[in-house]
Amino acid sequence: MSDNTNTHTHEHPGYGLYILVWAGLVGLTTITVALAGFNLASLTVVVAMAIAVIKSLLVTNYFMHVRTDSAVFKIFIFVCLAIFLTMIVLTFFDLTYRFPLK
Amino acid sequence: MSNEAAVAHVHRDDEGSKMGMWLFLFTELLLFGGMFILYASYRFMYPDNFKVAAMRLDTLIGAVNTILLLTSSLTVVLAITALRRNQKTFSLYLLGFTVVAGGAFLVNKFFEWSAKIHHGIYPKGPEMANLSDGESVFYGLYYVMTGLHALHIIVGLAFIIFMMVFIARGKQTGDNCQKLENAGLYWHLVDIIWIFLFPLFYLIH
Repeated sequence: MSDNTNTHTHEHPGYGLYILVWAGLVGLTTITVALAGFNLASLTVVVAMAIAVIKSLLVTNYFMHVRTDSAVFKIFIFVCLAIFLTMIVLTFFDLTYRFPLK
Repeated sequence: MSNEAAVAHVHRDDEGSKMGMWLFLFTELLLFGGMFILYASYRFMYPDNFKVAAMRLDTLIGAVNTILLLTSSLTVVLAITALRRNQKTFSLYLLGFTVVAGGAFLVNKFFEWSAKIHHGIYPKGPEMANLSDGESVFYGLYYVMTGLHALHIIVGLAFIIFMMVFIARGKQTGDNCQKLENAGLYWHLVDIIWIFLFPLFYLIH
């Protein structure tokens, strides 16, 4: 038998953990919506994005099973995100130079 | 001997299939990523106009749609767990819920867009001419990004409906469900994109 057809040897989490993660995601959504009502000035975007990043980490790690995936996938995703983040950071250097924040 | 080997040999590579799906998801990330960078650039240029324009979007519909997508993601992952435990009918019900929630998302989106179009906010629409440059750029990005996202929802729903047929016909089972897993990965990615779209368009104050 090839190893490839036998990749699911690790234990799969039950329904409970997924429902817990979902509750966390809904909770974080409520927090973002509630925080939008406050005037946090320039912090608003930062806080909203930080919460969005936490939410997507929950989705990738638990719903997309990256947490229990082999190292190859983790490296793959890390490299892709690193390239993407580099693009974003370089763009922001350029933007802050052209349009200084008030 | 050779006959036996031929029967025993199952041409299947789940790990490779999953990797292929992830590679595709990376291209999706770059597709939407480019648009997010475009959004960031214009928001830097027109911070005040973006705030004014975002005020006219309905936060409630946006929040309801967020909950719908998060819940539909949950039911996909539960459906995979159910199928692994050979609870085929339960798995189909859960996927059915995902399809209903995804459909509800699209219905909300339809009403949201209709309201905007009714108010004359669409490319070359009567209200667009009265808006500032920043506001019209905001609505342009709003239509392109949520539109492309809605297109992904439609594709994801079709993907999941195909998987439901496969499960019903016994082609995807607890021991052999990488296609369903891939459909799930796609659906979760669409969910993640919405996780970022929602605060960026609906929650600027």
